Amino acid sequence: MSVGDLATQRAIEAVWRIESARIVAGLARMTRDVGLAEELAQEALLTALEKWPESGVPDNPGAWLMAAAKNRALDHFRRNRMMQEKHEEIGREMEEGFTPDFDSALEDDIGDDLLRLIFTACHPVLSTEARAALTLKLLCGLTTDEIARAFLVPEPTVAQRIVRAKRTLSEARVPFEVPRGEELGARLASVLEVIYLVFNEGYSATAGEDWTRPALCEDALRLGRILAELAPAEPEVHGLVALMEIQASRLRARTGPSGEPILLMDQDRGRWDHLLVRRGLAALERAEKSRGVLGPYTLQAAIAACHARAGTPAETDWKRIVALYDALAQLMPSPVVELNRAVAVAMAFGPAEGLALVDALASETALRGYHLLPSVRGDLLEKLGRLDEARGEFERAAALTRNSREIRLLLDRAAALHSGLRVVK
Amino acid sequence: MMVVIPKGYEKAKPGAMPDAKLVAEMSKYNESLQKAGVLLSMEGLHPPSMGARVSFAGGKPKVTDGPFTEAKEVIGGFWIIQVKSKAEAVEWAKRCPMPDSEIIEVRQVQEFEDFPEDVQRAASGEPALRKQLEKKAKKR
Repeated sequence: MSVGDLATQRAIEAVWRIESARIVAGLARMTRDVGLAEELAQEALLTALEKWPESGVPDNPGAWLMAAAKNRALDHFRRNRMMQEKHEEIGREMEEGFTPDFDSALEDDIGDDLLRLIFTACHPVLSTEARAALTLKLLCGLTTDEIARAFLVPEPTVAQRIVRAKRTLSEARVPFEVPRGEELGARLASVLEVIYLVFNEGYSATAGEDWTRPALCEDALRLGRILAELAPAEPEVHGLVALMEIQASRLRARTGPSGEPILLMDQDRGRWDHLLVRRGLAALERAEKSRGVLGPYTLQAAIAACHARAGTPAETDWKRIVALYDALAQLMPSPVVELNRAVAVAMAFGPAEGLALVDALASETALRGYHLLPSVRGDLLEKLGRLDEARGEFERAAALTRNSREIRLLLDRAAALHSGLRVVK
Repeated sequence: MMVVIPKGYEKAKPGAMPDAKLVAEMSKYNESLQKAGVLLSMEGLHPPSMGARVSFAGGKPKVTDGPFTEAKEVIGGFWIIQVKSKAEAVEWAKRCPMPDSEIIEVRQVQEFEDFPEDVQRAASGEPALRKQLEKKAKKR
C-alpha cells in the first residue's frame, strides 16, 4: 500500500468513526431493520474504501457515504419488489408495499434516529454481552476485531454475537423507536448499564495483562456525552457521565511506570486530569438539579466527587461518603455496595468498625469469589496489626482475580507482610 | 487540540470581535462537536493587542504590553477534543467554517507516557531526581 493510500485509509477510518452511527441510524429509520441498516452502511464503507484512494476523499464525506448507502437501500428494495411481484403472479396479494421515505429521513433531525438506535442496540431482549458488542459496533463504529480485543474474546465469538443479536432483534420485532411512559425508565437503565459496562471493562479490565484500557473508557464516555445531548432531561444520564468523567480523570494516575495498579489513596492527585474532574463536577451538578430522589449513578458520582474535591487523601469527607453509600444501599441493596460502605465506615470511624461490617458480609453468596472482599478484609486487618490474618486474605484475593497486574499487587502486599515489613501508607 | 490562527489577528484592535454571521456558523460547528461527544473544552482569545508578553532574554523576565509590531500568525482560540487518531482530529478541523486564508493547526496534547523515564520521574515530583536534574543543569 502506498503512503497516499495509507493516508486515505486513515481518513476513511476517521470519517467512519464520525459518521457511521448517524448513517446506520438514518438507514435504520428508512428500513426499520437495524441489521439491514448496518449491512447497507458497511457496503457503503466498502465502496468508499474502493473509490476514495482513486478519487480522493470527497468534500462532504458523510453525505457521500449516506448517498452510497441510500443507493444500496434502493437496490435492496427494488430487488424485494421484484420478488414481491413474482409472489403476486402466483396469486398472493401484498398490497401494503413499503416505500422508504428517504428524503424526510435525511432532512429530519438525525438525533432522534441516533437515540432510537441506542435504545434498540441496548434492548433488554439481548444479553448484556450482545448489547455491549452491538453498541460498540453500531454506535462507536468499532470493527468486530476491535471489539474482540476490547473484551479479550476471539473475533468469531464477537461476530457470532453480533449476528445473533441482529437476528434476535428482528425476530422479536423490536420496533425502532424511543420507549415512552413507564417503559422508558427500565429501558434507559438498560442503556446506562451497557455504557457503564464498557467503561468499566476499560477502567479495570477483568482479565488480561493490562490493568486499564483507556480507549474503551473513551468510547464509553463519548457515548455517554452523546446521550447527554440527546436526552438532556434525564438526570441519571448526567449522573453516569459525571461518574465516568471523574473516574476517567484518574486513569493516568492509576497505573505506575511499569503498568502496576496504583489505588485511589496512593495516587498522585497532581496527575489527575483536572479538565475531566471539572467536567464531571459540572455534569454532577446538572444531575443533582433534578427534583426527586437521586439515582444510583448520580449517588456514585457524588461519592467519586468527594474524592475529586479532596486535595489530599486526608481531606476526604468520609462521613459524607458513608451517608451517600447509605442512600445508595437503600436504593439498590447489594453486597458490593455494602462492602464499599464498609470501607468508607473504616475510613470515617476506624478499621475495627469497618471490619465488623465486612465480617457480616462473609457469608454472602454473591461475594463468594469476589476478590475485593478478602482484599478489603486484608487491608483492614493490616491496619489493625493482625498481620498474619491480613497476609492470608491478600493471598486469597490474588487467587480470585484474573487480572495479572492485580494479582501481582496483592501478592506483593502479602509478601511485604510475610517479611515482617509493614507497608507504610 | 485544535488551535485556530485567524488571519490578521496579530494586528487586531483591542476588543475586536468576529462578525455575527461567522459566530453563528461557528456555534453550529461547536454544537456538532458537542453532539458528537468529542468536545472537552474550548476558548476564544482576545487579540494580542490586549495582552502582554513576558520575554526571557538572558533568562530574565521582561514585560511588554501589546500590540506587538513583529508578531505574526497568532492564536485566536482553541478546542480540546478527544479523538482516536490524528486523522480524526484532522477530519474535524476540515469541517470548521473558516474564513479565507485562516489556519487551524492540529496538535496532540502530550501525555505523561510520552516522556522518557527521567522526565516522568521529575514530573511526578520525585524530589531526589529533581535535585539531580537541577545540579546537572547548573553544571552545563
